[in-house]
Amino acid sequence: MAKPGDDVPIRSSEITSEKDYASRPKPGVPPDPEPDLGFNPARRRFIRNAALAVGGATAFGGALLAITKRRGGAPPPELSALPALSVAETPSARALASVALASNDTPTPLEDITTYNNFYEFGLGKEDPAFMAGTLRPRPWTLKITGEAHKPEEIGIDDLTRLFPLEERIYRMRCVEAWSMVIPWLGFPLGKLIERAQPTSRAKYVAFKTLHDPEQMPGQRTQVLPWPYVEGLRIDEAMHPLAILSVGLYGRTLPNQNGAPIRLVVPWKYGFKGIKSIVEIRLVEEEPPTTWNRAAPSEYGFYANVNPEVDHPRWSQASERRIGELSRRSTLPFNGYAEQVAHLYEGLDLRRHF
Amino acid sequence: MSERRDDKAWLPWAIWLGGLMPAAMLALRGFTGDLGANPVAEALNACGELAIKVLLLCLACTPLRIVFGWTWQMRARKHLGLLAFTYASLHFGIYVGLDKVGALSSILADIVERPFIIVGLTAFLLLVPLAVTSTKSAIKKLGGKRWNRLHQLVYVVAVLAMVHFVMRAKKDTTEAYAHGAVLALLLGVRVVDRVRRRSRARTVTA
Repeated sequence: MAKPGDDVPIRSSEITSEKDYASRPKPGVPPDPEPDLGFNPARRRFIRNAALAVGGATAFGGALLAITKRRGGAPPPELSALPALSVAETPSARALASVALASNDTPTPLEDITTYNNFYEFGLGKEDPAFMAGTLRPRPWTLKITGEAHKPEEIGIDDLTRLFPLEERIYRMRCVEAWSMVIPWLGFPLGKLIERAQPTSRAKYVAFKTLHDPEQMPGQRTQVLPWPYVEGLRIDEAMHPLAILSVGLYGRTLPNQNGAPIRLVVPWKYGFKGIKSIVEIRLVEEEPPTTWNRAAPSEYGFYANVNPEVDHPRWSQASERRIGELSRRSTLPFNGYAEQVAHLYEGLDLRRHF
Repeated sequence: MSERRDDKAWLPWAIWLGGLMPAAMLALRGFTGDLGANPVAEALNACGELAIKVLLLCLACTPLRIVFGWTWQMRARKHLGLLAFTYASLHFGIYVGLDKVGALSSILADIVERPFIIVGLTAFLLLVPLAVTSTKSAIKKLGGKRWNRLHQLVYVVAVLAMVHFVMRAKKDTTEAYAHGAVLALLLGVRVVDRVRRRSRARTVTA
């Protein structure tokens, strides 16, 4: 820092031009009169400044909007074009349709469910999947059930829905980012598929894997996460009647951005456990690796049960914003499904096994 | 003569009219329900991003003079700084008023427990004295030297804002680091200039 009195060299940009020097105000000499241009020079100046201000504002404002612009362009594909699905109206299916749902848990609008997604295979922004997931080809699709099973098999997606009657399940969905939705899923209990594969006595866990195909999932070209996305459940969690494989929502086939053609829904766990576009389910003996746990082990555990008592390092889990609401709601233990699932975790330290 | 002195009079107008356009757009989109599924998060993030981007523009004024010898933008510097403060205030206001809905206990818990909130809040609080002393009379009152020293806080604010930006990212830190790189460049130009001026001053006096 130059101190006053220091001999700092004068830069050429600081030297007054000869023209300016010549026109400097001189004592006793009146300044040159304004040239007569036919109208009031003050008015002329005002018009000039106003034009420059408006032009400059447009340029500056436009530039700011451009560098902070989120997403525009083509709208997401029309959802009403998706085929409708038929639902089993059996009493057992109806019994679980809206289990533990409170009167103020009204389903989140379809538009929000299909435009606010965390699906990094199609971009990091919440709106990206709605625009980008058109490259996914959900049919034909084969799901492989393998590992510790007496009857491993590969089943086509449409055969699956013929084997297992579809049930509607209106579940709360709580994201680890402290927002939530209420989603009317269509699907079938995961346990039914596992039973069919006849697990061996060594099957202690269930490992899930998403499609790995950067052609269909352009987000996989960048290594934000280790691809393919993998998830896992303990087998007793997987056999719980509330854990479902979903193939649709709001009465229609699952939109690509929501994990078409088949995804996991475990309503008492944070949303990232709900692995999308599943190609393989493997019954295993050891606890399988899970993607977010691998990416940030201190932030995301294997269990990921919704727990208002255990905060994420960057945000509190005590409350949540229901999409479509301005105020916040208290987050419930196990996302409000404690009565149904808490017994699975008796004796487990939920602070350590978060 | 007077025309020469006034020939940048339009600049503050352009900065404020143009600079508040994104805020007006956000308000409009908010009222028409066009901010997506989570409008509070959208507005919160947009204002935070604008605060950081305008602050970087503000910090680009001096490097432009150093590198290209331009001077016209120096008149924009103060207004850009105040515009950045405006967006930081909106960001903070949305966090307190809409995200936390004024729940004091929840805000206090955030402040105590979450480093990324502490860092962001510190950056915002350090901006307040700079905004308050942005007037000509404040410069006169403080004296140029003290005023300059106080306003060097803006470098601390910018670094804290970048740390806040990086910490907040879930996994996608690319954008935050890109902004950090711009800040590093803008500060680097100043450092190089200072070192060069000092060594030149030394050779002159030697």
